[in-house]
Amino acid sequence: MTNASAHPHAARHSLRLRVDHLCVDRGGRRVLSNLSLSVASSEALVVTGRNGVGKSTLLRAVAGLLPKAEGAIELDGAESGELCVLAHYLAHVDGLKAALTVEENLDFWARFLGGDDETPKPTTIADALSRVGLAHVAQAPVAILSAGQKRRVALARLLVAWRPLWLLDEPSSALDLASRERLARIVAEHRACGGMIVVAAHEPLGLADARELSLEGAT
Amino acid sequence: MKPLLALFRRDMQIARRIGGSATLGVVFFLVLVSIVPFAVGPDPNLLARIGPAMLWIAALLATLLGLDRLFQADAEDGSLDLFCLGETPLELVVAAKCAAHWVATGLPLALAAPFLGLMLQQEAAALAGVTVTLLAGTPALTLIGAIGAAATVTLRRGGLLMALLVLPLTIPVLIFGVAAAEAAAGGTVPFSAPFSILCAISLASLALCPFAAAAALRHVGE
Repeated sequence: MTNASAHPHAARHSLRLRVDHLCVDRGGRRVLSNLSLSVASSEALVVTGRNGVGKSTLLRAVAGLLPKAEGAIELDGAESGELCVLAHYLAHVDGLKAALTVEENLDFWARFLGGDDETPKPTTIADALSRVGLAHVAQAPVAILSAGQKRRVALARLLVAWRPLWLLDEPSSALDLASRERLARIVAEHRACGGMIVVAAHEPLGLADARELSLEGAT
Repeated sequence: MKPLLALFRRDMQIARRIGGSATLGVVFFLVLVSIVPFAVGPDPNLLARIGPAMLWIAALLATLLGLDRLFQADAEDGSLDLFCLGETPLELVVAAKCAAHWVATGLPLALAAPFLGLMLQQEAAALAGVTVTLLAGTPALTLIGAIGAAATVTLRRGGLLMALLVLPLTIPVLIFGVAAAEAAAGGTVPFSAPFSILCAISLASLALCPFAAAAALRHVGE
């Protein structure tokens, strides 16, 4: 298993995600207005709020997938200015190909997200799969997995390429109790390596000393 | 390069495993070509004259088949968001996906063309001409089709709209492809003139279409 000291990227420098007065419009309607938040290394921020309040919009905007109407999103302390290449984004959909096996899917994402540089892989695919408790289905096509198992494969994708910032949209959906505990452990390990987490959730994820941001909804 | 090679390999694996695009395209090509003699009659001279044009039209339609899924599958399972996020430029992602699509569908069409040409009474020179022009021209069809596929990526039944958008743009490819194929079979025009223009269209498509398709894809998430 990986630990903080063995991590090639960990704690090289501390980072801080800063969102200042962010406004995002979708379909001509202001979904987020004047939102500010800040997440430092090793911190976790849980975004809560009722359906449609803009949790997913916030995550997509931070990831750079939605244009921001006003405000700024910055990652202080990062070498490159590109925020999006320092972030993992886990959406409602899992980003897996049903025709390929679990291992082929993860191998693709490890190579695609790993970039050109020859830095050692933070976690091997077998290791990532055992951390989400799916080592036994590595050779199975994704098509035959259950919704919860697919979700766990998607979580394993976060482990095979290192990104300091994780943006997780309802990561615990379809997960059973044991898998939620695994998720909490994976998140804790990422934070121990100096990672940052912003997670949208309806239910408590069991994260230690996580801050909470409750979205009230734009007027 | 590594992310692009990984993407190319993944798309090839999917194309092979689902058993879809490659074989289905060639079978569709075969069906289109084999109904031509039923429609125009079994006159060998007529078939020999219209053969190159029929093969090109059939190849064009077979290329469009399945092209609507080029980005749609990735948009549905969320891979497209991750492509937009990654450090690999989206234009190169589009180019890699087009390359995989061409190897899985366009290349088998070109390789099948000489065998199907035999059914249309083509001489050896004409068979070679059609094969070479399809090899040079089908990349342009895939790349131009990628623009339509990217523009209709969020539409449920985008296939027909994509065909309407793409078919007019492929007319230059069709004109010079058929002209070169007929020139190879003998004629007053030298083979090299229309063939050079066909190659130029393919190269220009390679240079321009990934940018247009990537620009369309960037607006998908918004």
